Amino acid sequence: MADQNSTPDRDFESVLTSSDTSVAEFEDSNRGVVGTLQHVLHGNPTLVPVIVLVVAVLAFGLIAGDRFFTPFNLTLIMQQVSIIGILAAAQSLVIITAGIDLSVAAIMVLMSVISGKLAVELGVPAPLALLIGFAGGIGAGYMNGLLITKVKLPPFITTLGTWNIFFALNLWLSGAQSIRGQDIDATAPLLKFFGLSFTIGSARVTYGVLLMIVIFMALWYLLNKTAWGRHVYMIGDDKEAAELAGIRTDRTLRQVYMLAGFICALAAWASIGRVGSISPQSFYEGNLESITAVVIGGISLFGGRGSIMGALFGALIVGVFQSGLRLAGVDVLWQVFAIGWLIIIAVAVDQWIRKVSA
Amino acid sequence: MTNPILQARGLVKRYGRVTALDNADFDLMPGEILAVIGDNGAGKSSLIKAISGAVIPDEGRITLEGQEVSYSSPLHAREAGIECVYQTLALSPALSITDNMFVGRELKKPGFMGKYMGMLDRKAMEDFARAKLSELGLMTIQNINQAVETLSGGQRQGVAVARAAAFGSKVIILDEPTAALGVKESRKVLELIQDVRSRGTPVVLISHNMPHVFEVADRIHIHRLGKRLTVVDPKEVSMSDAVALMTGAMQPDAVAA
Repeated sequence: MADQNSTPDRDFESVLTSSDTSVAEFEDSNRGVVGTLQHVLHGNPTLVPVIVLVVAVLAFGLIAGDRFFTPFNLTLIMQQVSIIGILAAAQSLVIITAGIDLSVAAIMVLMSVISGKLAVELGVPAPLALLIGFAGGIGAGYMNGLLITKVKLPPFITTLGTWNIFFALNLWLSGAQSIRGQDIDATAPLLKFFGLSFTIGSARVTYGVLLMIVIFMALWYLLNKTAWGRHVYMIGDDKEAAELAGIRTDRTLRQVYMLAGFICALAAWASIGRVGSISPQSFYEGNLESITAVVIGGISLFGGRGSIMGALFGALIVGVFQSGLRLAGVDVLWQVFAIGWLIIIAVAVDQWIRKVSA
Repeated sequence: MTNPILQARGLVKRYGRVTALDNADFDLMPGEILAVIGDNGAGKSSLIKAISGAVIPDEGRITLEGQEVSYSSPLHAREAGIECVYQTLALSPALSITDNMFVGRELKKPGFMGKYMGMLDRKAMEDFARAKLSELGLMTIQNINQAVETLSGGQRQGVAVARAAAFGSKVIILDEPTAALGVKESRKVLELIQDVRSRGTPVVLISHNMPHVFEVADRIHIHRLGKRLTVVDPKEVSMSDAVALMTGAMQPDAVAA
């Protein structure tokens, strides 16, 4: 019996030496226009929101005319989207890990109330009050992260719960009372720093807008140029594979939620400047608006795909639509209608692009 | 008599009421190709996961070069020089070939940007990945930055094997490396395995493909019902006997006799 093994049964492989040595050639030209487009978009998922943004700006420039296409109006749009934009940056981080954070706006409002309460009513120095707000944002994110990684709850349920918890805490701490702008000016003007602006011609740029842009650039660097960022993408793409490849996935996930919480606390500071006062009732829809911006920006809700910059463009697209339709004299309800379709189309395009691998 | 480079004694792993590993032993000698064969559900995958740090055994000891080790994650095993290609490949489909090859051991740029800003040295990583892949000659990949999901099954396997071969310094473990491959690609992987051994690195090969196992293995570890049934020499045992042992149609002493 042993002798049959001395000549392993490999005869069928002997013809391999004369096998065809040419390699598979990929003929790009055979894909056709649609197929090529699909491939290009697969490699550059941010292209879709960029195209939509440019087309929307041009279209509204034609429809709404001069009033839309002014530096003043364009920079106003930037100001209007800055808070949701910053929240969308935090949201993007979480969504890239295939999670979702419904508590971003609740964390933001809670931290603005805490910082405001401390600085305006309790006489804590403004920098210290802000630092406590940052720590609170990180702590809130850590709580989300712990529940998700240690208790193993789905992110959707976890943050649905903490959204309500943070909102209730915020109403309790504030007594459902706003802190007036005059009081902030009198005691802690630093809280309104991001409402300050400078002008270039007729364009008015607030520091809040700059903050948003800086946050996006920093996150872009972190996600694309560092090992940590690649790990975040890999966890979102395939958590099991990431684990086997040696990434400490739970620890990285907690860091993601903590960083998101910190960004929410930055948004809290910026929101005081943007709104001019601190209202516990503000930004109640901010959670969903941030998700809207992320989805329109081409970041996949299934995780692992999309660029953080997409969320910035997504937020701007929403702002451009709202401003353009308003200036064109369209009723608010049709603005909402248009945003609804944008979301559905964005997700449909994402699904289509993901099929490219086949 | 040389000592085993990697040894396990009395490994036990239970999942609820299922005992995947039941007092399993394992020995890998330096410089050899050890094949691990066994029926479906015999616990082969649990065994290699235990020795590569992907699962923590409930009981038992693992020694690497005579030192007792206990890994709490694949990262620790990798740092110790044990590299594993899982059946699922553990590749991230949306990320590029380069990103996948360097997961968890990315190269940083020299100087300030790398040290304090954590900037990756993409160029060095790409060059290294390209060199390793062409060394393998397993496939022709046009673009080292294309997403892994755009590759064929064989190419993906090649990326995973290249990753293990590039970084595994002490032990390389391959779980079903030829299962998804065509005849030609399989041959390339088998050549690679022999190439790795000739460089002195021992290889653990888990496979269902008997001709492949009997061709390259120096010894064959037969796993059955969660433990090591026996170890046989492929030059002395026939394929049908090995299959009989593996499926319980024959007892080990019958072969020895």
